Amino acid sequence: MEAVLFFVAALGALGGAIGVVAMRNPFYSVLALIVHLFSLAVLFLLLSSAFLAAAQVVVYAGAVMVLYVFVVAYVGGGEESAWEPIPGQRLFAPLLGLALLIELAIAVLASSLLALGTDGPDVKAGFGDPASIGYLLLEKFLVPFEASSILLLLAAVGAIVLAQRRREAAG
Amino acid sequence: MSIEWYIVLSSLLFATGAIGILLRRSPIVILLCLELMLNAGNLALVAFSRMVGNEQGQVFALVVMVVAACEVVVGMGLIVAIFRRKLPLDVDELTELRG
Repeated sequence: MEAVLFFVAALGALGGAIGVVAMRNPFYSVLALIVHLFSLAVLFLLLSSAFLAAAQVVVYAGAVMVLYVFVVAYVGGGEESAWEPIPGQRLFAPLLGLALLIELAIAVLASSLLALGTDGPDVKAGFGDPASIGYLLLEKFLVPFEASSILLLLAAVGAIVLAQRRREAAG
Repeated sequence: MSIEWYIVLSSLLFATGAIGILLRRSPIVILLCLELMLNAGNLALVAFSRMVGNEQGQVFALVVMVVAACEVVVGMGLIVAIFRRKLPLDVDELTELRG
């Protein structure tokens, strides 16, 4: 059962990722990314991290993707032209990606990771639930937690400054 | 499922995102491919957290999600600003900073 669920979610994640890259219309790319994010949430559940799966669905597939859909609708997702500014881009980009994949595979195989061939240790029932994550955030990782909240505030202010309408006098 | 499957899937997703960044020219799609790569990293973090058997990797993944959200917000602000100035939404045509 777990293996079936893993392969279904893995196919969804990989198919969504390929869809993001292959779709010519940015709107369909965004929809493919939503499929990808939901499949990743299922994978997080399989890895017994329930809180992260919920955060993935609510924050990522919900809020962030709504922002993407709004911006694509605002700028009008025109299709990309088939014209290639860099000659051979369509040939070399997949080759470089393949080289990166081979490099990653070598790194994983050569590291003789403990993960190879294990399911991980048996974990207690509350592993990865909101209580334990919240405990870690507020007790052990308080400084990174506060730093990320300051980062969120800065990003919100920065986005407002970037996207505001210019006044006539300033231009 | 053995943890190595998750690591293999994570490397495949990372490579797909990298191909997308190299291949596409619309800044929106490039941001989407960046999301793919960040999520591949998140999957690896969660898989390793399960392998070790403690939750600290999940907190790390949560921070990565926050950073990704910030990146999206600033990126979308930039795209809206580019659009407002009637500049082309194509990374190969935005060459004003080229020396």
